[in-house]
Formats: sequence, structure tokens, C-alpha cells
Amino acid sequence: MTGPVMDPRIAPPFPEAAFPILQNTQLRKNVAHATDVIQAKRNHLVAEKKDWQELRTSAAAIRAHVLANLATYLEQFEKNCTAAGGVVHWAKDAAEARQIIIDILREEKASEVIKIKTMTSAEIQLNPALEAAGITASETDLAEIILQLGNEEPSHIVVPALHVNRQQVRDIFARRMGLPQLPDDPEALTAAARTYLRKKFLTVPTAISGANFLIADTGSVAIVESEGNGRMCLTLPKTLITLAGIEKVVPRFSDLEVLLQVLARSATGERLNPYNSLWAGVTPGDGPQNFHVVLLDNGRSEILARKVERQTLQCIRCAACLNTCPVYRQTGGHAYGSPYAGPIGAILTPQLEHMRHAQSLPYASSLCGACYEVCPVKINIPEVLIDLRAQVVDQERNESKRWTDPMYMGMKVANFAFSSAPRFRLAQWFGRVGLRFFTDKDGWIRKLPNLGSRWTLSRDLPGMPDQTFRQWWAEKEGGRSRETEPGKEAR
Amino acid sequence: MRASLFITCYNDTLFPQTGRAAVRLLERLGVDLDFLPAQTCCGQMHANTGFRGEAYSQARRFVQLYRDTECVVIPSSSCVAMIREQYPGLFEELGNGDLRKQLTALLPRVFELSEFLTDILKVEDVGACFPHRVAYHASCHSLRGLHIGERPFRLLSKVRGLQLVPIANLDRCCGFGGTFSVKNAEVSTAMLESKLTDLLATGAEYCTALDNSCLMHVGGALHRQNLEMKPIHLAEILASTEGLPQGSDR
Repeated sequence: MTGPVMDPRIAPPFPEAAFPILQNTQLRKNVAHATDVIQAKRNHLVAEKKDWQELRTSAAAIRAHVLANLATYLEQFEKNCTAAGGVVHWAKDAAEARQIIIDILREEKASEVIKIKTMTSAEIQLNPALEAAGITASETDLAEIILQLGNEEPSHIVVPALHVNRQQVRDIFARRMGLPQLPDDPEALTAAARTYLRKKFLTVPTAISGANFLIADTGSVAIVESEGNGRMCLTLPKTLITLAGIEKVVPRFSDLEVLLQVLARSATGERLNPYNSLWAGVTPGDGPQNFHVVLLDNGRSEILARKVERQTLQCIRCAACLNTCPVYRQTGGHAYGSPYAGPIGAILTPQLEHMRHAQSLPYASSLCGACYEVCPVKINIPEVLIDLRAQVVDQERNESKRWTDPMYMGMKVANFAFSSAPRFRLAQWFGRVGLRFFTDKDGWIRKLPNLGSRWTLSRDLPGMPDQTFRQWWAEKEGGRSRETEPGKEAR
Repeated sequence: MRASLFITCYNDTLFPQTGRAAVRLLERLGVDLDFLPAQTCCGQMHANTGFRGEAYSQARRFVQLYRDTECVVIPSSSCVAMIREQYPGLFEELGNGDLRKQLTALLPRVFELSEFLTDILKVEDVGACFPHRVAYHASCHSLRGLHIGERPFRLLSKVRGLQLVPIANLDRCCGFGGTFSVKNAEVSTAMLESKLTDLLATGAEYCTALDNSCLMHVGGALHRQNLEMKPIHLAEILASTEGLPQGSDR
């Protein structure tokens, strides 16, 4: 069995990618259980916060302010980070970011690098590039270790191995760490991971991290995590490279007061993350002595320029939208074909791909709005999804294949029918005649052709009743109401 | 009180009993009701599938048609959500100043049925009788788009004979999502299964909601699986006088 494809440029469309996952009952059970647990914790901690809505409003305001003044804060960050002894690099796209990182590592003559969990490195597909350059990338986040050793793909932004259960973790560790007798209790599994990790921490002198926040007024970087393995990577190596999307900057150190509160509660259902690491540049004799920050654009400037889509960049990667999403609950992350899964992935991935790939993702939502409700920075994900759908359709309008796309044609015909009441009545008449062929004696439709078969896959449809509402009304009123087309006033 | 009834395109075509029930109910409550046969669709299906221009032409039609009416009542929360949430953006992008003004003036006069009953007519007991066990399914648009809150529960609690049974995971989507149910039929079906599990656990005879879209979805699966539970729009329950001495017109 081939694994999921997590590169949006070659991943199959969402419905196709979701199909095999829906047959995988174990994975679905793991995902539903894990998201239920996180969500319950999150709901509990949000409920105890009387000013939660005010906190959300503040967090959203900070993030929106940053995006409206992004260049200013990025330049301020660069200046202050450089003054503190850091080196700031700017990467236009994924390829440039990968090259900058590889060049730094080559300069350090590194053959191995330890990594803190970073979504951005997955976005630029850093690990395969490092391997190709002869550099071993060793993940140190517990979940990332499980995935790396088990050759699994991440399925969640915050808890990437959430689709793997404890027995499966045990099997991966037993196999890859040479511990056939390993029990599957959490203590034993953690101890095995610790033994594996300590050696890495003490021997590998180069590390790569992402960033939760870049702080403009101090030039510092903030990383939050639950295990402390990240802090090991941030303090023990000689050289540290931080890769961060340009949107990660915040104006002031004091903004963390709001952002750390909403992030921890939304992401893991904790009042504060167990480890909050903050550092600025280089401190002589303490911690990494070479510190690089790679600021990644990779399509973000384009997103920033669009009025509705801009809010996508407010995201602080808490993944609350994944945990609450009824679609994600069924499919987990792999169906999204990108390291960014769930509702935020459905809007972020196609935009990072300049709307040239992952075009099925904006449609991978029932627009139920649960994501918007929990988002701590108030990203109106349904609104963005709809706008992205409009972009997809606008591309389709120029493609010749639209004439053979039943959905496209159906929409055009429906619009024609809706544009006047006589046309609508005619369409209803055609509908009644057409549906008669498919309606069983008991008045129900069980099998429809073409697109309709996607409905009758699991649902019957009531056949069309003898009388539409408007016919009933006309009869009731005895022709009392006049049908006047809007814009053509009755005299 | 004068009001215009807007009957959603698919309600007009597939579920006329909902519109008829709304008429019976509102006229019983003394509303001077009108229906404009020139109406067609609010444009939601086009908007949510990405056909903005088409959606706008329907939205414009809606505003031109209803701009002079006292108020519009719609027994479908998702159409109301479409009008409230998406019309302003569509008119901002594609409309002109006049149309935007007409929309702004019209928006506060557009109501979902249960809003109209509780907020405008200020009634909770509509004189209905429906002696059955009923589970209320909260459609996403009523819940998060309209913030409908307790309104339908208050109305249902006053229906004679009705036993309201709570459903687990009330705020979870049934998986309909318009064209989502076709484009992502398998995922939609998986979501529906999860909703059915919660619904069936209630032991209710009927599943009601403010939207026939969800009910068409849930009801389609109930029928496919030969289950006893029946879908019924809230308007039909509120219009019902089943079992009352004066008889029923259901």
C-alpha cells in the first residue's frame, strides 16, 4: 500500500485522497478520539476565561495590525535581531530558503542537524533537500520522531502523529530502536525516546527551528512547546537556524501576553504551554554562538495583497480549527495532501501554491463555520474558502473543459433558470418530467445518473411533488398576485 | 402586520409542504401574508460554489424584488445567512451605490421564520399541537450564521404534546454543505453517518430543523436505511394542530 502524498503539487484531489482513508477505521478512530480529547480540554479552558471573546478580539487586532504594517515590523525585527548578534536572511520562495539553509550547514561542515518541530520546514520540504545534500535531519519532537522512524506522514499541525496510537508507536520504536521487548506504556515509550534523543542533543552541534513569534521591538524569537526537547535544540548546539514565515512577526514583547494565552488554550487546552523559550541573537558563552534567521515569503506577499484572503496570514497555527472540523474528523490530515491540514490548510495550501495546485481544497468543507467560531485570531475561514472557490471558478471560465464539466454546466443552467420566474417554472416542469424516469412507485428516487449518482450514493431523494409551492399559491390566491419581474415596475 | 414570504428555490420545488405550513401558521397568527411569484433563488448555491457573478445577479434580483416590502420571512436559515453574510460583500464588489443603499435598508427587515415569530410577532405559543417525540437538529447556518440560540427551542417547548429529546453533538454539521454533498460525496456520507448515530440515539420519531437542506440530507439517509424516523421542517410542526379538538388540516 502506498502512503499519502503530502506534496500539494502532485497530491490527488481531496475527494480521491480521502477515499482510502474513509476505509481505514483504525485511523479514523484514532483521529476522532484524539480530536475529541483536545477539543474537550480546549473548551474547558476557554469556558473558564470570562474575557475569552475580548482576548480573541485583541489577538485578532494584533495580527491584523501586523499584516497592515508588515514591512515596518519585519525591518524592525531585522535591525534588532542583527544588533543582538543574529544574521537575518530573506528567502523569496521555498527553493531559496532551502539553499540558504544548506549553505549555512555546509559552511559549518554539518553532516547531521537536529530539528525542532517546524511546519514551515515541512512547507518547504526541507528534509528531503537536506538528505539530498548529504545532511541527516533528525527530528526531536516526540511526534515527529514517531513519524520519521515510522516513515509516516504528519496529519495534524500541532500533534502530527495523532493518527498513530500507542500500540503503533510501540511497534515503530521497537523496530527502529532495536528494542523488541519494549512495552507500550507511556513511561517506557518516553524513556526509549529520551535515550534516543539524549545522544542526539549531546553530539549534534547544529539545529533548525521554526518560530511561533518573531518580536520586532526586541529582535527575539519565541517558541512554545510541551516537551522541552525544543529547548534542548535551542540551547545545546553551537549553530542555530530559525526558519519563519514573514507573517510570524509581532510588534512588541508585550503582545505575547495576549497571544500566548490564546495559543496555549486553543492548541493543547493548557493555560500556558509548558515550555516558552525566548531568545534574542547571540549571548557570548551561553547557547548557540551562530544564530541565523531565514525569513520566508513563499507566496505570502501575494496573499497579503488580497483583501479577503489576507486574514489567512493572521494564523498562529493552533490547529483548533482542525480539532473542531467535522470534515477533518472523518479524514484526518493526509487527505489534504499538504503539511497544512484541516480548514486552515484548505485555505493556506492553495494560496501558497499560487492557486495553481490543490484547487480541490477550498471545496473540502461543508462551510459549517465551526472553524471560525473557535479561531483565536478570528480568521473567517468560510469567507476565505468561498473567495478561493470563486478564484477556482474564474480560472475554469477560461478553460474549454468547462463545457463538459457537469457541475459547471449545471451552475450555468441553474443561473439561467433563476434569472426569471417563467424560466424557473419551465425548469421545474423539465425537472418534473426528467425526474419521473428515476422516481420509484413509492415516490422516492434511489438512483440518479451522472452527478446525481454522487447524491444517491447514500441518500434517497423525494420525488418531485405534483404541485410546487408557487402553483399552490396561485391556486389559493386565484390569480390575485401579479408576477412582476424586478426592475420592470407595474403600472 | 404585513410580510412577504420568500420560498427557497428547492423548497418551492421539492418541499412545498413547508411553504404551505408557513402560510397556514402565519395567517393563523394574523399576518397579512404575500408571496411574490417573481421570486426564484437567493443565490446561495452559486455563491458557495464560487459563481460570484451569478450569485450577485440573483442577489440583486432579490433586493429589487423586496426593497419596498415591509418585511421578508424565510423558512430557511441558510438563505437568511446567505443574505446577511454574503450580500454585503457581493454588493460591495459588484453593485452600485443605489443598490448598496437598498440592501442596507432591506437587511434589517429580512427574518428567518423562528426569528420572525419570537422577535417580531413576539409569540412563543403558536397554538400548535404535535404529540410526538422530536429531536431538533441545529443547522450550521442557524447556529453560527444567525446565532438563532434558544428561539426554536422556545417555540417547540410550547407545542402541545410535543416531547423534545436532546441530541448529542448538537453543533456538529450533518455533512450536507450544498454542492459539498456531491463533490465530496464520500466524506459527506461519513459525516452523515456520524449525525445519524447521534440522531437515532435520541429515539425520536421526528427530526426537525429550520432548514430542509439538512433535512433532505438526513431524511434521504433515513429513507435509504429504512429507518422509522421522519424529517419535518419546524414550520410544519408549528402549523400542526394534530389532535386538537377543531381538527387538523395537515
